[in-house]
Amino acid sequence: MRQSFNGTLAGSLDAHMTQQHEESTQRPGDLIFIALFVLFSIFLLSQLAAETRFVPNGKLVEQPRFWPAIGVLLMVGFGLAQIALRWRVKAGWDPGEVAVWLRAFEYLIWFMAYVAVVPVLGYLATTIAFTTSLAFRQGYRGVRNLGAAALLGLTIVLVFKTGLSVKIPGGAVYEYLHGPLRNFMIVNF
Amino acid sequence: MELLGSAILILARWDVVAALLVGSVGGVIIGAIPGVGAAVAIAILLPATFSLDPIVGLSALLGIYGSSMYGGAIPAILINTPGTAVNALTTYEGTPMTERGEARRALSLAYSASFYGAVFSIVCLILLSPVLAWIAPMFGSREIFLAALLGVILVVLAHRGQILLAGMMAGFGIWLNTIGLETLQYSQRYTFGQTWLSGGVDLIVVVLGIFAISQAFVLLVEPDKRAHAEPITGGLLSGFKELAVYKRVAAASGSFGVMMGMIPGVGEFTAQFLSYTYAQKTSKTPEAFGKGSPEGLIASETANNAVPAAAMIPLLALGIPGEALTAMMLAVFYVHNVIPGPGLFQNQLDFVVAIYLALLVLNVLVLVFLLFSTNILLKVIEIPTRFIGMAVLTLSFVGVYSLRNSAIDCAMAAGFGIFGFIMKRFSLPIVPIILGMVLGGIMENKLRTSMMRVKTPFDFVDRPIAFLLFLIIIIVLASHAFGLWRGFRSSRESNR
Repeated sequence: MRQSFNGTLAGSLDAHMTQQHEESTQRPGDLIFIALFVLFSIFLLSQLAAETRFVPNGKLVEQPRFWPAIGVLLMVGFGLAQIALRWRVKAGWDPGEVAVWLRAFEYLIWFMAYVAVVPVLGYLATTIAFTTSLAFRQGYRGVRNLGAAALLGLTIVLVFKTGLSVKIPGGAVYEYLHGPLRNFMIVNF
Repeated sequence: MELLGSAILILARWDVVAALLVGSVGGVIIGAIPGVGAAVAIAILLPATFSLDPIVGLSALLGIYGSSMYGGAIPAILINTPGTAVNALTTYEGTPMTERGEARRALSLAYSASFYGAVFSIVCLILLSPVLAWIAPMFGSREIFLAALLGVILVVLAHRGQILLAGMMAGFGIWLNTIGLETLQYSQRYTFGQTWLSGGVDLIVVVLGIFAISQAFVLLVEPDKRAHAEPITGGLLSGFKELAVYKRVAAASGSFGVMMGMIPGVGEFTAQFLSYTYAQKTSKTPEAFGKGSPEGLIASETANNAVPAAAMIPLLALGIPGEALTAMMLAVFYVHNVIPGPGLFQNQLDFVVAIYLALLVLNVLVLVFLLFSTNILLKVIEIPTRFIGMAVLTLSFVGVYSLRNSAIDCAMAAGFGIFGFIMKRFSLPIVPIILGMVLGGIMENKLRTSMMRVKTPFDFVDRPIAFLLFLIIIIVLASHAFGLWRGFRSSRESNR
């Protein structure tokens, strides 16, 4: 980062102010993403009449359609202007970028699987299994690394569910436990 | 005096003190971990504080908000990686100092400058309170609408080089906020016949998705990184002596931090830019900047730590957040049934003073913690980044699921996570989405209310503050248009 310091402070700070904008010009594909987003905005605009209500004889600012229209028009207007300005500059595409997105999708599936299993197996068992198996997937091996991942899962459950009593329901399997143990597990884990 | 006593009574509880301690220490640790930051931590912990008393939950989250930048300076100085985005400038001066064996001096200066900046800002906040309490009732619906509109405009214009994208994302935020049942005509908006969309898109779900889950994806997908920093030997108090030598730079940087913090949409980066430029221009050794100048380090750390307390001014007085973190803090206040705005200063001034005092106490706690535990924090820096990503993803579940125990909320947050991940890959602006959501809701409500009493457009700005805000909006837009025209003209002349 320091290497980019060339005496033009305004330029380098500007990059930080725009969340390191210079990187966006180095990574091809952003224009395609923006174009897809603008297409989505145009779709929303086409649905404006169907998805919002217009009250006859009502004041403009009191129309239920007024603010969605402002939001969608800003999306379409600014988006089209951005594409028009950038179109001639560069519209490259890197297939490798799609592979990176797909890798992120893999973790989305991990996350949703975690969400689906918690109400069945309970928060404690699922969280420990999730952190340990995700650590294994990340390439961590050995008792120390996987043990640290399991400890992380246990700590999260102890802090949030046992300590702070956040609203996470007990697992369906807890119903098979007897009396006080069942209640203890539902309340704490 | 009675007010101060009442404020102290609010804070003098073991659970409030414990929350402040946990929040401030936790904030430093989170700030020290590159790639996490206060936004992620607040997003995750916000739902966890629902069950706590308002002042307890607020104290914990205020602790994180006010202390993360202290921790962010540690990796910025020792391993050339800013812990939080606003510590980026600190790397310019901190890393060269570390390379020439002055790591202890750099850290000590960073801590003392941060402490000075924060305390300076809190004192300004306390001194401004009577003025705010006097002005705040003058803000009616139309003034708050205009202030929110100014906030949106400033947030968009602050994204230099990406203004069109920022405008598009602000529009996206405004649109997101309108989804679901609107309460004036009781009609559905953009629900596409889906009942699960009738309740709208929860701000916390969006925040968790585009800040926390997206960051987890970034950390999990990118190659694992392990940093190593050499332990620090010796005391860290000497920075205060050196800070006294550069008191002019510290005072100016603190002032820039306070001024920029108060203006919605401006924030830390502009404050740092102005402070750093001022320090360099007025320095006897401007050539040392970028090569380990103590003045540059002081300017950076003082300015960025002066901003959080100052950013609380528009938030507390008007209920208008200026950037993503204060937008989250607004959600924190709402969740805990504390409604920021003119009424807060009129009816709960002791609560406001208690927040100031809490900010002051947490800064003392952070400084004491850092003086004794910097070497322990170096272990945190060494945690592999993918392991951190795993922790953030697991914690994100707590944040989303504990809201309503809804798998749909989790799916939406995960969807926003992917969206945020792609936005981060391309370095596209995500903060305007959050501010569009928050300020869009405020603008819709306040415009409706204010138009009930307005007959002609001129009536809208017939009150002094409304007129002043309208004038500021016109000046901001005109000066931006003038800048664009000047840039266009100079580029055309250079092409000839």
